[in-house]
Amino acid sequence: MNNGHTRVATHITINERLVFEEGSAGRRGFNLPELDVPTKDVSSLIDSALLRDTIPGMPELSEVDVIRHFTRLSTWNYHIDLGLYPLGSCTMKYNPRINEKMARLEGFALAHPFMPAELIQGALEVQKTLEACLAEISGMDAVSLQPAAGAHGELTALLMIRAYHDSKGRPRKKVLIPDSAHGTNPASVTISGYTVENIPSNKRGTVDLEHLRKVVDQDVAAIMITNPNTLGVFESEIAEIAEVMHSHGALVYMDGANLNAMMGITRPGDFGIDVLHINLHKTFTTPHGGGGPGSGPIAMKKILEPFVPYPVVSKKPDGTYAFDYDRPQSIGKVKAYSGQFGMHVRALCYILANGPEGLKEVSEVAVLNANYIRARLKEAYALPYDAPSLHEVVFSDRNQARKEVRVGDIGKRLMDYGFHPPTVSFPLIVPGAIMIEPTETESKQEIDAFIEAMLAIAREAEENPDLVKGAPHSTRISRIDEAAAARRPVLRWKPE
Amino acid sequence: MRYIPSSNTDRQEMLAAIGVDSIEQLFSGIPERLRLRRLLDIPRALSEPELLEYFRSRAARNASDFVSFAGAGVYRHHIPIIIDALVSRSEFFTAYTPYQAEISQGTLQAIFEFQTYITQLTGMDVSNASLYDGSTAVAEAVLMAQRVTGKKRFLIAKTVHPEYRAVIQTYVKNLGIEVELIDYTEDGRLDLAKLNSAIRNDVAAVVVQSPNFFGSIENTNDVAAIAQKHEALSIVNVCEAVSLGILKPPAADIVCGEGQALGVPESFGGPHVGFLATRERYLRQMPGRLIGMGKDFSGRRAFVMTLTTREQHIRREKATSNICTNQSLCALMATIYLSTVGPKGLREICEHNILKTDYAVNQIKSRTRHRVLFPAPRFNEFVVEFVGDYRLREKRLIQNKVVPGVPLGRFYPELGNALLVCITETARKEHIDALVRGLE
Repeated sequence: MNNGHTRVATHITINERLVFEEGSAGRRGFNLPELDVPTKDVSSLIDSALLRDTIPGMPELSEVDVIRHFTRLSTWNYHIDLGLYPLGSCTMKYNPRINEKMARLEGFALAHPFMPAELIQGALEVQKTLEACLAEISGMDAVSLQPAAGAHGELTALLMIRAYHDSKGRPRKKVLIPDSAHGTNPASVTISGYTVENIPSNKRGTVDLEHLRKVVDQDVAAIMITNPNTLGVFESEIAEIAEVMHSHGALVYMDGANLNAMMGITRPGDFGIDVLHINLHKTFTTPHGGGGPGSGPIAMKKILEPFVPYPVVSKKPDGTYAFDYDRPQSIGKVKAYSGQFGMHVRALCYILANGPEGLKEVSEVAVLNANYIRARLKEAYALPYDAPSLHEVVFSDRNQARKEVRVGDIGKRLMDYGFHPPTVSFPLIVPGAIMIEPTETESKQEIDAFIEAMLAIAREAEENPDLVKGAPHSTRISRIDEAAAARRPVLRWKPE
Repeated sequence: MRYIPSSNTDRQEMLAAIGVDSIEQLFSGIPERLRLRRLLDIPRALSEPELLEYFRSRAARNASDFVSFAGAGVYRHHIPIIIDALVSRSEFFTAYTPYQAEISQGTLQAIFEFQTYITQLTGMDVSNASLYDGSTAVAEAVLMAQRVTGKKRFLIAKTVHPEYRAVIQTYVKNLGIEVELIDYTEDGRLDLAKLNSAIRNDVAAVVVQSPNFFGSIENTNDVAAIAQKHEALSIVNVCEAVSLGILKPPAADIVCGEGQALGVPESFGGPHVGFLATRERYLRQMPGRLIGMGKDFSGRRAFVMTLTTREQHIRREKATSNICTNQSLCALMATIYLSTVGPKGLREICEHNILKTDYAVNQIKSRTRHRVLFPAPRFNEFVVEFVGDYRLREKRLIQNKVVPGVPLGRFYPELGNALLVCITETARKEHIDALVRGLE
């Protein structure tokens, strides 16, 4: 069938020192136009005590040096254009090139946030349109695009929840968080001035409704729930959970990390959620950039709208757009200006490329792909929870651990097969968790190759566990002594 | 859909392997009454040519062909072409956070280089891998100073970017932290006498910005000395990072700010790149990611995310911050920018900013009736107070495709008829002359 085809072959990459170790004095990568105003000694304008002479250690390079340096570095990265990137909860999907092109249009890339309204109508329309799309997709009434990332959206929503309770007379004290939640949830709670109360999952891996009924009282401000949860399982009692919370005057926050499972299928606003954040860099294909920039808009019900960060984009009766700063109950600003606008352009471009049928198909195929992987790997890898999976599936390393092969080893060995590892050791409720999210942008061939690699590794774990435990064997570096790196941290280059 | 590779045949084979007849069955875990049984009410799908037309027409409604003197935290410098060429490599922009170091060395080394550049520019010992932007960086610096000192009172210069101050207020308001503003003097800088009378030993930190929101260069030595005398930290925020190419590194315990000026497009306010650097002894209280240099088990130099026990995915509610990302790609832009311009190029850029700003100030002083406020030394911004109604002139200038600056009234009611003007190296003399003519 494969005519001897194997997925990987070795390939030369070029070593490169730090940029500070390259170059030589006198090289230039940049020239300014000639100065066209009268020249002066700068120290006649600024006291020389305020001026520096040199920047020790800063390298001098030509344009070619810079291109070579960063091009060489780039070849050391795995990336989504190279192949399947099965990081659960991260939704690593193809980033359409048209998004990039549109965000770079001069009218967007060079727009200044403090321009008079008549000169930024295009940007404001993009934001307003994206808000409307996100509101419809999530079933909510209003959207704020200001938060810079998912965790920032969480914080923003919690501050609004607090402002809401304050407006009712009392901020309340605590926020409930299931033990399967992302670590950002409790960390955001701390900054919002609430305390965290963890609640255990039940045998299905979902929120224990009976336990919840016992712990909700008038001191609970909200619950932070992830749906589908971090096991990829839909919280089938979500409407009842919301009812319990609402009956005590508490609100329901949803971590929207897993929205890719439900577009056009079901909507948070229709199952009782009051506010959620949406990761544009997951579901809506804005690139991950090697760790940011992300974008974490929040969508909310009407009751929270008065507290939304200012400014708000408003459409005037004459059809023009403007920033509205007059928001007396607003929590304030969570970021200067109005959010990661470049990401807003990309996300809107993606939504418009798909339309209603396309977005539904996205979720359908994402769920199909995850379930296909589940079906084909469930013999080789243990499935700790057998509730139906949506867009991701969580296995554990229980079978392999018998030979002392752990999830981290399995992930590292996948590199030798030409794949990025899945999310490992998360969620915390599954010991040795292997969390796989293929997304919809993978072909059956690519998914099959991944499955074959996982099956091969399961066999290796039985027959030659040391091979897996010593992986990766074919990357440009082997495993790193992380403990040593943390013991004596070297966080910058210094001249010898 | 063109972004979904699998064909109907593929899907049928996959369904058969799963043992179900239809994709619909895979959603059986969602109660029927919660299902959306209609299509989403969003615009119909657009083809690629339609998308191009849609966005081009919207972009054309923004004013990109104007000469703009708007700064106020977002700066138009020349961006070397190679930055976009390099960050458009999908190896960089389509990679995830470098948790798996063996196949992420490119991103990791680049961020390590960013951290080094930030320490070189700021004179600090350590820098993190970047934060969302300058406004959240200064808010994180405030929270960090509270952790370091255990104190909860902050003195913040009124000349710190007003939107940054707003973000600080939002971050601290539920944490029992108290913020007091310190006024500015007639020369445009923090009023040291007022700082002296407001400061007591219960102050966690003094926050100033340099160059400040009016473009004036603060004397951070004096501020730091006062802070130190009261066992308070000194936080210096830098919105205009290019200025660090010629100005002495600030005297401070934490230097934070915005790196947009270093090769990142204005992009209507984001994405930009926040930074935060500090002294070695405060390292473990720093927020955000850190990349460290280490070795692999064969002894080769390697880079890795380190000191993660400060972070949310390990420490949860006890983490130093809730941040779960950085602004890697924008940090990469800044790293490429600094590598391209080099120390000499950066200094020349700074000199052009200073000299062109000086030229504009002198032209406005000598050829118009308006007052240039605040005589303290400037980098590339200054404040003009108008004789007569500013708005009428703005209208006329805009008709001539010139945006003269950012009106200050919204931020400083006492400066209701004043404008903040920014002159970078990209402003040609004839642009400045056109601005001055429009103000005459």
